[in-house]
Amino acid sequence: MPDVTLTVDGKQITAPAGTLLIEACKAAGIEIPAFCYYPGLSLQAACRMCVVRIEKMPKLATACTTTVAEGMVVQTETPEIVQARKATLQLLLGNHPLDCPVCDAGGECELQDMTFKYGAASSFYAEPKNHREEQQWSPVVYFDRPRCILCYRCVRMCGEGMDVFALGIQNRGSSAVIAPNVPAHLSPDQLAHVDCEQCGMCIDACPVGALTSGTYRYKTRPWEMNHVATVCTHCGDGCKTTLGVRSTSSGAEIVRGDNRDKSGINGDFLCNKGRYAFDFANHEGRITQPLVRKDGTLQPASWEEALSVAGSRLKELRDSRGGAALGVVGSNRITNEEAYLLQKFARTVLGTNNIDHHRTADYVAFAQALAGHADRAASLHDTLKAPAVLVVGGDPTTQAPATAWNLRSNVRQNRARLYLANVEPIKLRRQAKGFLQLAPYGYNALAAYLAGDEAAAAAAAADHAALASFREAVKAEQDLLILIGAELRGAELKRLIEFGLSIPGAKLALLADYVNSRGAADMGLLPDMLPGYTPVGSQSALATEYGAGTQPELTKPGMDLLEIFDAAARGNLAALYVVGSNPVGRLGIDPATLKDTFVVVQEMFLTETAALADVVFPAANLYEKGGSVTNSYGDLQLVSKAGDTAGVRSDFELIVRVADKMGADVRKLVPFGTSTGLRADMGQTRGAQSGEADRHAIWLAANNLEPRLSPFDPFAILDEVQRLVPGYNVLRLQLLSGNDQHLSPATPATVDLSQRRDLVSPSGDSLFTSGTLGRYSSMLGDLQRNQAQQLVQIHTAAD
Amino acid sequence: MSNVANTIFSPELAARFDHLVTLYPVKRSALVPMLLYAQDEIGYVSDAAVSEIAQRLSLEELDVRNVLSYYSMLRTKPAGKYNVQVCTNISCMLRGGYTVLEHCKQQLGIGHKEVTPDGLFSLEEVECIGACCWAPAMQVNYDFHDDLTPEKVDVVLEMYRKGQGKDVK
Amino acid sequence: MPTLVSHPDEVKVVSRRFGMGASDIDRYLELDGYKAVQLALSQGPDQMADWIINVMKASGLRGRGGAGFPTGMKWSFVPKQSPKPKYVLVNGDESEPGTCKDHVIFLHDPHSVVEGTMIAGLAIGAKLGFIYLRGEYRYLLKNVEKAVADAYARGFLGKNIFGSGVDFDIVTQTGAGAYEVGEESALMESLEGKRGVPRIKPPFPAVVGLYGGPTVINNAETIANAPHILLMGGEAYAKLGTERNGGTRLFGISGHVERPGVYELPMGYKLRDAIYKVAGGIKDGKKLKAVVPGGSSCPVLTADEIDVGLDFDQMAKAGTMLGSGGIVVLDETVSIPEFAMRVISFYQHESCGWCIPCREGTDWIKKTLTRVHAGGGTRKDIDNVQYLAENMMGRTFCPLGDAAAMPTLGFVKKFRKEFEDYIDGHRAGTNLITLDQLVGAH
Ligand SMILES: Cc1cc2nc3c(=O)[nH]c(=O)nc-3n(C[C@H](O)[C@H](O)[C@H](O)COP(=O)(O)O)c2cc1C
Ligand code: SF4
Ligand code: FES
Repeated sequence: MPDVTLTVDGKQITAPAGTLLIEACKAAGIEIPAFCYYPGLSLQAACRMCVVRIEKMPKLATACTTTVAEGMVVQTETPEIVQARKATLQLLLGNHPLDCPVCDAGGECELQDMTFKYGAASSFYAEPKNHREEQQWSPVVYFDRPRCILCYRCVRMCGEGMDVFALGIQNRGSSAVIAPNVPAHLSPDQLAHVDCEQCGMCIDACPVGALTSGTYRYKTRPWEMNHVATVCTHCGDGCKTTLGVRSTSSGAEIVRGDNRDKSGINGDFLCNKGRYAFDFANHEGRITQPLVRKDGTLQPASWEEALSVAGSRLKELRDSRGGAALGVVGSNRITNEEAYLLQKFARTVLGTNNIDHHRTADYVAFAQALAGHADRAASLHDTLKAPAVLVVGGDPTTQAPATAWNLRSNVRQNRARLYLANVEPIKLRRQAKGFLQLAPYGYNALAAYLAGDEAAAAAAAADHAALASFREAVKAEQDLLILIGAELRGAELKRLIEFGLSIPGAKLALLADYVNSRGAADMGLLPDMLPGYTPVGSQSALATEYGAGTQPELTKPGMDLLEIFDAAARGNLAALYVVGSNPVGRLGIDPATLKDTFVVVQEMFLTETAALADVVFPAANLYEKGGSVTNSYGDLQLVSKAGDTAGVRSDFELIVRVADKMGADVRKLVPFGTSTGLRADMGQTRGAQSGEADRHAIWLAANNLEPRLSPFDPFAILDEVQRLVPGYNVLRLQLLSGNDQHLSPATPATVDLSQRRDLVSPSGDSLFTSGTLGRYSSMLGDLQRNQAQQLVQIHTAAD
Repeated sequence: MSNVANTIFSPELAARFDHLVTLYPVKRSALVPMLLYAQDEIGYVSDAAVSEIAQRLSLEELDVRNVLSYYSMLRTKPAGKYNVQVCTNISCMLRGGYTVLEHCKQQLGIGHKEVTPDGLFSLEEVECIGACCWAPAMQVNYDFHDDLTPEKVDVVLEMYRKGQGKDVK
Repeated sequence: MPTLVSHPDEVKVVSRRFGMGASDIDRYLELDGYKAVQLALSQGPDQMADWIINVMKASGLRGRGGAGFPTGMKWSFVPKQSPKPKYVLVNGDESEPGTCKDHVIFLHDPHSVVEGTMIAGLAIGAKLGFIYLRGEYRYLLKNVEKAVADAYARGFLGKNIFGSGVDFDIVTQTGAGAYEVGEESALMESLEGKRGVPRIKPPFPAVVGLYGGPTVINNAETIANAPHILLMGGEAYAKLGTERNGGTRLFGISGHVERPGVYELPMGYKLRDAIYKVAGGIKDGKKLKAVVPGGSSCPVLTADEIDVGLDFDQMAKAGTMLGSGGIVVLDETVSIPEFAMRVISFYQHESCGWCIPCREGTDWIKKTLTRVHAGGGTRKDIDNVQYLAENMMGRTFCPLGDAAAMPTLGFVKKFRKEFEDYIDGHRAGTNLITLDQLVGAH
């Protein structure tokens, strides 16, 4: 759209034609107050706070519904306007309980801010306020009705944004109230409830304290928290979340999760897990001291003892039985730096390629198929902008909620064309232009059919006409974004990707399950791949760096996850090193399998795997450390330490300490200190108190120049990752500023995918589960029970 | 035959609903009339009626309740067989609307939105019913009675008591 | 059953067939029924639309729903070409207190609405028209439904009407009790099966209306005039009224007059004569105190202000509105604070609740005036009420907020002294609403 020029408060501003005046002003730094307006949702013009004076218009106009026009002359803050806003606020406050001192939103309330600004403090009403009692709609959503100002943001957020429609408006006039979809009189406990996805987006959208969160209510005041921006640990979308943290006697407790500043990769979105399921960190079952098996039972031990036992025993077993008898299992929820360090530790200290992790999507095939094609890997951002999207497999609504949110927004706001091929009628079909019902297990056949194999039609879908027209429609798209579920793997995945590559503007992404599933694969937690999908036997800088030349056994792929346990069962696994993972529980391993194996586990909880260990180290979780993670799309983001639990240490530190106890050269493992020859200024020359120091430090960090003074500094490894792992050499300053950076994998295609064993096993998580970790979130437990009750209720209602 | 299996409505009304939804470019347009006609038959808009209407129009029940609660003629609790609606808006008020209302309260022994114990009558004070020039006026169900005096009210109520009142539906 | 009244000063156009059994289609045909639509069709497919619109423009007919927008012009705003179907929507929601004129049309001459709807449809190129009646008008809905059914039975509606090759359908619709649904965009929402909350304007209905298609929405009386205007000619109709206010209109005169009723008077007819001549003067020989001239939303006129002509422009000049033509006459016994309270409590009850100034403003004015009425008022309350009303004016989402604020301002400004006396315990007039009723009021 061409730009138009208008005058606002005497200032000339330009904005694209069609822009809403309120947005044009915001972009020009002129803030117009609004309660009902919410970017991206339908317009209401209900609150009348955004009124402005536009020349030649008889009445005050609402900036939220007026589009900019050439030559428009606007006043946004005249006495007349100030009076109008003040009067509106007086009206709102008339029935408002004014319970700010105990309100969760106190200090973060738009009504408070506006009242402060326009000074509507005096009240001239003598009548009692209209009162209504508070309602608990679900374990996580509370509605304090008198505080509601009826801006309808929640209703729109739930309906338009989430496509859930659990909230409505009932009655009219001053009796109008926001009402949930399970009314009191139809509910077994005679209380109103929501039957919904429990995302809490309504709470986030609420400009006041009417909707509050079950996890945060009455816990603290906003100004008593530190707010730390980091990345949610639950699914592969990797949403940015801001954790509210409060000091406690045993560390720092996370009390709130949200994304109030709407920054980061997910914009305004956060799902229920991102918002509430941080509570595992505060679970009373956390392991907070090292445990060492003595006389058959795990007993608390000192750090020194535990580290010594682990280090000396591992060294002994490596030296006596060789690296081939050792196995390592990594995690989908540790940082890239930790994953990288772990495989480096495995390969250079333990001397083994027997390393793997719980694979939730086939990123090896993905990388191989995209090799040599620059700019074809999609970012999560593309889901919000692509004019056409094909989703094959998966169910983003439950597995990748931010992806689903973006797709819905894209359809709503840009009329994107969404095509779905799935064996289930997944919910996103409500936004889809085309939905293709696949035959059971029809994904591989679909990939073949799309690629032109007509014979595959029968196995792909029962409705051949629909199948054919689906392919036609998809092929006719130019800038197609293709999202692929974990159902497609290996050669079939490659085939689908090749079909995608045949469409000139197509971009692709493969969706996995956990926050760093992609990072785990990228960082080489694989028996046959070094970081960056470099085959272990190949000639590469990495291979050289890892001493492949000197250790011939490291040129051959190691044992994968299943082989490691098979080896254990045969008595051939001397030691197993597990970081942040529960393979015993997940794979249903018989405990006896590991009876002859020395097992070291770094964990938060005494999982099935940890329970079998000889040494357990209490580990910090992703919310308790710094580093970086890579989402399913290959968007790299930094995580920051928010919470803290006394007694735990980061997986990074634990690996370094164990290596140290094994007698490894820690400086080689983690290139820290002044070994790089750099000397730090530390900002003193510019005045440490001047604030310059901070900026200086950021500049140093951004340029990889800050001194790595500790072997536990993940940035030391990030330097190495950026130097060695293809695709990871992104702009550090962007990362440090809290922005995501998209990776462009650059991998030589050298692997015969049909020969690789398919070890992908999706987590099978839903909205209210999150692998082993989910068990330790009492909020998720509550939501599961709540959901089950509602099912019962719906069934009894139907009878 | 109705398009909905196990309809809670009479065959006539169900058939009417089947037809109603075909009249509009968008079938949801039938919602307000359906709610009113359902109420005419059942006496109020029951939960079952909400469910069936939601089903007929492919709407969420919540959506139906949102609309239902907006309109003041629609109710979710039974009224009397004869719902006496007395207008007290300005034109009626000037000509004795409140006297009529008061008289009804006394004669029926009930107040605003209450139902007589025998379920025969309910009483409602309503806003302008479009009979201003023949004020004061009231409606019993859909039937208009205008130019009222307390004496005329007695005649009207008696007529309904005897089951001789018109019952426009 | 409403009694029909008449007076020699009346000029009967739209009421010409009242009391003549015109609900019956044969009788309607005898009385020139369905001639206008055939006349329009006879202009030929290329000329017809422009011809109708030109006649309507020439007639000077202004909307009878309240705002008085020139009808011919409104119809001409509808784009000739539209990718979406166009519609005609007849507003028979008639809910403005003091207004019962459409009631009489639906009762005595339903076919004129049907025929007018067809004419509007031909003018804009619509194939479907809706006639929406308020829910309370069930017996009138039946009358209109019968008229529509009879017209279908004669082949006047449906496919190929009058052999012209043009199709036109009419669907009747009922509301279910909501004043706000009379507002044109709220009416469309209601007709689409939603809550009667108005829409953001622009776009205006002529461009984006029902189901997103261009829509002409007119009051039932406006529509019922169309056939008469086509038959008598635009200029002839215009001449009946005043400059820029063509023709006649139905006035419902109610309240304290001797002969209340719906009268058809030429535009510009003097308000004083309407009250004293046509309606027989003040009831029981009492003195006039005030007049609400065009439905309850119009600012009140005092007894000294009634020498004004009943047309849109003269009323505007007098600081009030012609509105819906419902003239409510108040004699000396009326207590203005009480009357003002009853008016605002109506708007409080009917506010859709969408926007803050209207939802909260009507509520607080009502609460305050209720307390004043109950005897607990202070003089500050009068200022507060005025402040609230002034701050609603022009700032609400739709004109209902204005409709509540305007009369309130009229009362407190013109009768401030009476409010003060009332608060001081010197009550002019007799209270019609008892304290009990106040407390029990909705
Ligand atoms: C709150 C409100 C209520 C209204 N009620 C009615 C009504 O009951 N009947 C009506 O014809 N117009 C009503 N109107 C006016 C309509 O919005 C619209 O202007 C009218 O139907 C247009 O028809 P006309 O041009 O023929 O007057 C109302 C307007 C408002 C703001
Ligand atoms: S002014 Fe506002 S609240 Fe009042 S009826 Fe109009 S939109 Fe609804
Ligand atoms: S933001 Fe414009 S009216 Fe609420």
